[in-house]
Amino acid sequence: MSNVRTGAQIIWETLVREGVKTVFGYPGGAILPAYDAMLDYPVRHVLVRHEQGATHMADGYARASGEIGVAVATSGPGATNMVTGIATAMLDSSPILCITGQVGSRLIGSDAFQETDVTGVTLPITKHNYLVSNVDEIASTIHEAIYVACSGRPGPVLVDITKDAQQASTELEWDSSDVKLPGYAPDLRASQAEYQRAADLINRAKRPVIFAGHGVMLSGAMRQVLDLAERANIPIAMTLLGIGGVPAEHPLNMGMMGMHGEAWVNEAIQEADLLLAFGMRFDDRVTGNLKTYALNARKIHVDIDPAEFNKNVKVDVALAGDLSMVLADLSPFVESGDRAAWLNTINDMKGDVAVRDIQNLPDNGHLYAAHVIHDIWRMTNGKAIVVTDVGQHQMWEAQYYRHNEPRTLITSGGLGTMGFALPAAIGAKLANPDAEVWVVAGDGGFQMTMAELATIAQENIKINIAVINNGYLGMVRQWQEFFYERRYAATPLLSPDFAKLAECFGLSGATINTRVEVEPAINKARSDERTVVMDFHVEQEDTVYPMVPAGAALNKMIRRPSLAPIVETAEDE
Amino acid sequence: MTSKRKRHTFVVYVEDKPGVLNRVASLFRRRAFNIDSLTVGHSETTSESRMTIVVESDVGDARRIEANLYKLVNVVRVHDITHAPSIFRELAMVKVTTTIETRTQIMQLVDVFRARVVDVAPDSLVIETTGTEEKIEGLLEVLQPYGILELVRTGRVGMLRGKQGIAVEPSDRVEDEDPALDDTDTEDPNVSYSV
Repeated sequence: MSNVRTGAQIIWETLVREGVKTVFGYPGGAILPAYDAMLDYPVRHVLVRHEQGATHMADGYARASGEIGVAVATSGPGATNMVTGIATAMLDSSPILCITGQVGSRLIGSDAFQETDVTGVTLPITKHNYLVSNVDEIASTIHEAIYVACSGRPGPVLVDITKDAQQASTELEWDSSDVKLPGYAPDLRASQAEYQRAADLINRAKRPVIFAGHGVMLSGAMRQVLDLAERANIPIAMTLLGIGGVPAEHPLNMGMMGMHGEAWVNEAIQEADLLLAFGMRFDDRVTGNLKTYALNARKIHVDIDPAEFNKNVKVDVALAGDLSMVLADLSPFVESGDRAAWLNTINDMKGDVAVRDIQNLPDNGHLYAAHVIHDIWRMTNGKAIVVTDVGQHQMWEAQYYRHNEPRTLITSGGLGTMGFALPAAIGAKLANPDAEVWVVAGDGGFQMTMAELATIAQENIKINIAVINNGYLGMVRQWQEFFYERRYAATPLLSPDFAKLAECFGLSGATINTRVEVEPAINKARSDERTVVMDFHVEQEDTVYPMVPAGAALNKMIRRPSLAPIVETAEDE
Repeated sequence: MTSKRKRHTFVVYVEDKPGVLNRVASLFRRRAFNIDSLTVGHSETTSESRMTIVVESDVGDARRIEANLYKLVNVVRVHDITHAPSIFRELAMVKVTTTIETRTQIMQLVDVFRARVVDVAPDSLVIETTGTEEKIEGLLEVLQPYGILELVRTGRVGMLRGKQGIAVEPSDRVEDEDPALDDTDTEDPNVSYSV
């Protein structure tokens, strides 16, 4: 029995051995040998409508499952279309593998048809990338690429394989042993002395706050973070990508921090005497003005990537390593405590929130996005995987859908990629076929990648899609309202009839204009076998509150005015 | 927080593979760190190249440069040897205009600086010199009046003194000592190279 395989066969054989069952891709000239070989392997291929979609699907797959997501494209335009999805995965530390075809090795550098220097283009937006022009290196490179993508701080890895390498044949010698790279050390360990210093700071702190970032989930440290918080009675604030890492209903979980975070959370951060940052990177959206940021607080930063230490915020103790391992080492030094005074102070800060909460607004005939999202949360018992796009609806989702489980909110945080939601939801659904998956998208972002509705129809995928349609590029409009004297340059947005559009694709559609229609529409969508696009026509000039203006101190938030004026404003216009 | 900016010297071992120089250079561009000089060549290990990278930065940025370099999969080891007892050298070639009258004067200066004349033409000389940046600056200063036609400099290369390995723990570092100025043992103590 011969082990001779073509490079194209080796690609699939390697992926199958690595446990890959689903790939998202689009064929073309330079990747044709691989596509031809694919038919003989047990891999589900999802034909996308644009290669950006393939990368977002791989990303959604990876975020929902914690396993590698795989996207395939041809050379040149196929590969360059992946750039946005790769950058998205890079900024949110999502492990995806992109396999691209490349022109024949003898044509490289000749400006051949559909030739692009893809490893050059993607160099700064991948964790690592490879150009393979030798058939003997395909198996080991893919094996290594998946290891690099998934280990340490995860990220996208691209493997560009020339057409001649796919066509050539070689003896396949499968080596499943651990990858050894001389300069790559994903397992870092902080020193014992540093743990002691960190524990001393924690034990002495009167007003500590734990920051739960994406790293909590990437490390699988959910239980350990809660254990530490419960034992020492430390309240928790989450980043956007940290949502789900700590149950929303947990009494110590204060909610989301940052630009559109809860007011009392930001106040608590500003008053804190110690911040324990777990797997987060002090992004400008969570810190506000650095000069005024948490000035009273000592900072302990735990991250698997030492390059994040002291990047934006100077920290007192930096503990490098996998959060789960760091907490295992650190926790024995941490003493229990009740910190009742601090927790009471935070409760007091919640103060006037209830009167500002739009949920308490009586039905005045207007439909608010917050109501829609609140109803989706209520009716799905908070158990759906929600994939959001970028903008106002994304912030409302973060505020009003209360996630209790990790990996149930999938959203583009760092890059803020509009068009992410629909394809990422397809990936999330294929990673979790039994889960209820919802898209929450704006009318702007949805139109960027809505061609993937055809993918949904062709692949027979069932998800629910809520388009929060306010007729504007809402978040940009909000900035224009606050900072550009309401000069709405290029933000009013015409959309097609999304319900009819869905029907064109063979899917179901619904249009919702009032609050009383929301619940029946959600019910109907959930029982529909087909994917449903729900077009929620919401209040056009509604605003996400609270808001920390860019460059302002974290506790200098623009708050939602008390409720009565909203009703009047709404009726005036 | 306004820490002092100074020249930091990193010794970086990288895998000897295509495109690695590009990855390192791209990192500095991407993170907006300005490279003063970068040299690369073979090292004592066949599969590894050795770079000497000089960057003007404060201490915090220097740490981040080191951490970011380590994130590159092909980077094997990184050492900031700025504060370690080290030898720094640079090679320069200078083409100077000469006349019958000036040639002897220039050759005398070359002698004083322990440089070498490596090419003689009727109206020009090529001078090769190795030393610290300061020594080279000093030579250039005295040659300037004769007319420098061409100048090429390699940028700094560096190595730790003694048998110690390249790894230097922060506690071993000698603070605020400028090794470049300290490094005069091979030079003639009677000659001042300072500009």
